[in-house]
Amino acid sequence: MAASDANAVPAVTMRARAIEYIGKRHRFHVWEALPWILIAAAYFVFPDRMTFGTQVLIAIMFALSLDLILGYAGIVTLGHAAFFGVGAYTVALLTARLNWGEPVTSLIIATLISAAAGFISGWFLLRYRGLTLLMLTLATAILLQEAGNYRSDITGGYDGVPGMEIWKLFGVFENDLYGRTYYIYIAVLLFLVFLVVRRIVYSPFGAALTGIRENVRRMHAIGSPVHRRLVAAYTIAAGIAGMAGALFAQSTAYTTLGVFDFESSAKVMVMLILGGTGRLYGAFAGATIYMLLEDHLAKLSPEFWQFGIGLLLVLAVLFARRGLLGLIEDIGIYFKTGGKS
Amino acid sequence: MAESALELKNVSAGYGDTVVLENLKLAVAAGESLSVIGRNGVGKTTLLATMMGHTNLHGGTVWLHGKDISRDATYRRVHAGLGYVPQEREIFPSLSLLENLEVALRPGPWTIAEVFKLFPRLDERKDNRGNQLSGGEQQMLAIARALVGNPSVILMDEPSEGLAPVIVEELARAMKQLTQAEGLALVLVEQNTRLALDISPRAVVMDRGQIVYDGPSETLKRDSAKLEALIGVAKK
Repeated sequence: MAASDANAVPAVTMRARAIEYIGKRHRFHVWEALPWILIAAAYFVFPDRMTFGTQVLIAIMFALSLDLILGYAGIVTLGHAAFFGVGAYTVALLTARLNWGEPVTSLIIATLISAAAGFISGWFLLRYRGLTLLMLTLATAILLQEAGNYRSDITGGYDGVPGMEIWKLFGVFENDLYGRTYYIYIAVLLFLVFLVVRRIVYSPFGAALTGIRENVRRMHAIGSPVHRRLVAAYTIAAGIAGMAGALFAQSTAYTTLGVFDFESSAKVMVMLILGGTGRLYGAFAGATIYMLLEDHLAKLSPEFWQFGIGLLLVLAVLFARRGLLGLIEDIGIYFKTGGKS
Repeated sequence: MAESALELKNVSAGYGDTVVLENLKLAVAAGESLSVIGRNGVGKTTLLATMMGHTNLHGGTVWLHGKDISRDATYRRVHAGLGYVPQEREIFPSLSLLENLEVALRPGPWTIAEVFKLFPRLDERKDNRGNQLSGGEQQMLAIARALVGNPSVILMDEPSEGLAPVIVEELARAMKQLTQAEGLALVLVEQNTRLALDISPRAVVMDRGQIVYDGPSETLKRDSAKLEALIGVAKK
């Protein structure tokens, strides 16, 4: 192999350093505890608002799934709500049509079916990029929505699935009026999903996704099976989005074809852009800000609340292109370098 | 002649309907070092791009170790043994140096530790992001990234472009080592004619998409008039 060099470091040392470096990348930073502390604190500070809290956690999970494909792999999609909808409808139809309302098993089934939908659609759609892909993903969500509408005898159409009955969690915990049980249940699931996504993005597979986003042609030229990797990421993201949809259906015991709306796909993208793409916690910040604003603005002006969201998005795109977390990072660098950067 | 590691048989190729290479024939033996020189725009980069499958093949076939790879996707050509160092280096800017290597890593004798031995400077900068590296370091990384894919034939497109002489010397040492000690076949496209003729015992001169000279580099080194006639400028 390579000729010996006076300055060369022994291979064993080199391997040890590489392992240390990879370990270092995966290590949690102290500040990463903050969102989890806030999630835990919210349970005690706002015990009567846990129904809203569960919706925030579900939105974070949904945005996190989009971050994996948009923020890391660079897949721009306007049809991500399709998988959220598949997850929600799997749970809804299991309970309403098959009388199976057990939350954990139906959640697992919904996740797997959504992932399968992601795999099948991704296998075909991810051969395209740019505007074509954007339109195809949008069309997929519309097709699913219309298929549901066509068989409204099964899905209940836009009126929603009637007769959803979700059983007690683990046969013990009732979904209480304030949503406290589901808040804890979803927070735990979000943490597990987050660990999985974090592990993925810091793995060589995650690095390959970043490589695909930055230079797809180069990834082909270093032997990376780009299509397979994109499909894998899309499948995982679809599964997580489906899980979020399933949790939405379980926590509200209600779902309609509105979950497939273009608005849902656009909304989750806005959340991610507000928080910052490709940085994991951007999903947390963006989804929380969006949901809080939506909640407050809707109280202030039930008809024109979206004006505020639109204005915030314009400001974010103009002054914080890397999202809120990117802005915080830039401000930190500014002060660290004494305003030289 | 031994079986060719890489062979182009009557290849015509280009971009879209435009044909850049016309009926080109070229064979590179295993472990052979070959430099491709010529003026700007004669098709040198297109030649490498055609080997990698980045162009439209209008005719002919491309063979790698006796297997027709003409219709194979680029990544399959890499799996079959081609390595490519592009002119623009194309380092992934937001990945660390180590991650840039990890994404290209394939089983074989060239490990990350081995490329760090070849370029010790990379080991010192392994935690830096791609966009924090100097031009020379990026070039070393581009070569290292191609090597960890464990190719049998490595294609390099103007690796010395824009680099300081001391870095060019280090790269030249590495390129010679790759072919002489490691047995890799090298196809080097280079504007720096002197460097190209020094590195490779065999030279190919291209003009208007065709090979107009294929022979020993030594002949061109000794006969500057011939070289000037072939590439239109005096030897650098």
